[in-house]
Amino acid sequence: MADLPAITLRDVVKRYRDKDGSHITAVDGLTLDVPAGVCFGLLGPNGAGKSTTMRMLTAQSRADEGAITVLGHPIPAESKEARAVMGVVPQTDNLDEELTVRQNLEVFAHLYRVPRAGRRGAVDRALEIAQLTDRPGTRVVNLSGGMRRRLLVARGLVHSPRLVLLDEPTVGLDPQVRADLWGLIAALRDEGTTVLMSTHYIEEAERLADGCALMSGGRIVAQGTPGDLIAHHAGGSVEEHHGPPDRLAEIEALVRRAGLPTRRTGPTVSVLRAEHIPPSLADALGNGDRVVRRAANLEDVFVVLTGENVG
Amino acid sequence: MADTRLRRFEWAPVRGVWRRELALFRRYWTSTSFAATVEPTIYLLAFGFGFGSLLGHIAGYRYVDFVGTGIVATAALFTSAFPGMFNTYIRRIYQHSYDAVLATPVDVHELVAGEASWIAVKGGLFSCVPLLVALVFGLPPAAGMFAVPVFTVLTAIGFALFGVWMSTVVPSINSFDYVITGVLTPIFLVAGTFFPVDGLPGWARTAAHFNPLYHCVELVRHAAFGFRPLTDLGHVGALALFATLMWVLAVRGMRRRLID
Ligand SMILES: Nc1ncnc2c1ncn2[C@@H]1O[C@H](COP(=O)(O)OP(=O)(O)O)[C@@H](O)[C@H]1O
Ligand SMILES: [Mg+2]
Repeated sequence: MADLPAITLRDVVKRYRDKDGSHITAVDGLTLDVPAGVCFGLLGPNGAGKSTTMRMLTAQSRADEGAITVLGHPIPAESKEARAVMGVVPQTDNLDEELTVRQNLEVFAHLYRVPRAGRRGAVDRALEIAQLTDRPGTRVVNLSGGMRRRLLVARGLVHSPRLVLLDEPTVGLDPQVRADLWGLIAALRDEGTTVLMSTHYIEEAERLADGCALMSGGRIVAQGTPGDLIAHHAGGSVEEHHGPPDRLAEIEALVRRAGLPTRRTGPTVSVLRAEHIPPSLADALGNGDRVVRRAANLEDVFVVLTGENVG
Repeated sequence: MADTRLRRFEWAPVRGVWRRELALFRRYWTSTSFAATVEPTIYLLAFGFGFGSLLGHIAGYRYVDFVGTGIVATAALFTSAFPGMFNTYIRRIYQHSYDAVLATPVDVHELVAGEASWIAVKGGLFSCVPLLVALVFGLPPAAGMFAVPVFTVLTAIGFALFGVWMSTVVPSINSFDYVITGVLTPIFLVAGTFFPVDGLPGWARTAAHFNPLYHCVELVRHAAFGFRPLTDLGHVGALALFATLMWVLAVRGMRRRLID
């Protein structure tokens, strides 16, 4: 049992009808296994299809093609059973603003059918997760943005689910709150909860994810551990050259001729796999103070594979 | 594995939805109760005694008694159709509350059942208040009156579901004006609440039989002045039919709007 993937998607397609009657393919032949007990990241820019994928896992969106299972339950046939053992933290805050912190948690303890005997304990534990033990009676309208997000996460954990879906959990948060949430997500994973997290923050995926899938245009363009993905597609290090446009064009031409990938961001050309720059090319490129060397990251991988930026 | 499957319709999700309503109601019960009870009472006093002094008797009843029973049905209509339309719309569109609920083990039909039954029980019970007021003003008590909450709740289920359905049909919250003016007002006027349906032209009398509120008015009036078993069974059947039809439309509409 433990070896079964927590989530499987096979050739899943989801189309939406646009206002003008044309079709948008939000998810386009997605195949993915999320192993149990890991933190898995779906990384991609806005519109990549991350939220649609998440919504299909709770059957709030119905796939047009393909097969989905969540914790062994086929979706949508047994989606209710699956929803009972997973927690969902949506991208848009949908807390009950007029209710207090505790009431929000109590209502969801009921909706998740936490047995009466364990309900109080479950709500208290969720209050601790949200770090709101000192203000259970505060109405949600009066909470700060960071507190609301922590409560939103805690609400999805009130029934101690085996699987948690986090859709862009830290978008729009200040660094302190983001760091808090990262700690919380890491702790969940360490306790054995499977976490599926979508994000367009490179750093978030690199820090937290055991495995990740890079999504673009409804498809997975690459999949693996962040380290493997970087090593395989972007190499070890990146050399960033700053300069005027004609100099940058010249650099691009030289590097391409040597068979190395580049990426252009504003006044910078980044040379990927910089450790493979041959000495002759290094001489041609020069090594002045307008050159910076850094470690390759997932953003580089993304740009190499799709030509678009994630963040 | 088959026996571990959750059933198609369960009470646990409905109770969960009620918990949420109860928490919200605790916060708003004063204003809700005030509006729901004082408004029909004002109608009763204004029409009952205002018109009553001019009309005296109508259709064999004292006018204040006629209106007193009619207003119970009116209250059942408004205390259920309005929350059905507005609350449901606001929660779906602005607060995204239903997205949150449907991510838990609750299906759309259970969500609709929870919302509509809560509105109906609340509205149905509140609409009995004018009857109590009418009793104070001399409506003779009758044992049949104990059945009135059953009739008002049944009526309110239908209209709450009607409101939920409408909330899935309107393109914007302002469009409820059309529903109120075009549907609810005629329903409320041609139901025998303020004047007897018998006095209307033939076509309007026929139309009244398709008006669920008319059946509620008749039942409440008969509860106060004497049942006519066969006819009243027909009225109950008509209300049940209305509620069933609205259930199908409300669930279908909500499913279309909430599951994409
Ligand atoms: N309900 C919908 N109706 C029409 N188009 C939609 C709907 N939901 C999502 N889309 C479209 O599907 C694509 C993927 O969206 P989404 O899954 O929200 O991406 P992400 O979460 O990665 O930003 C986008 O082009 C978006 O506009
Ligand atoms: Mg999204």
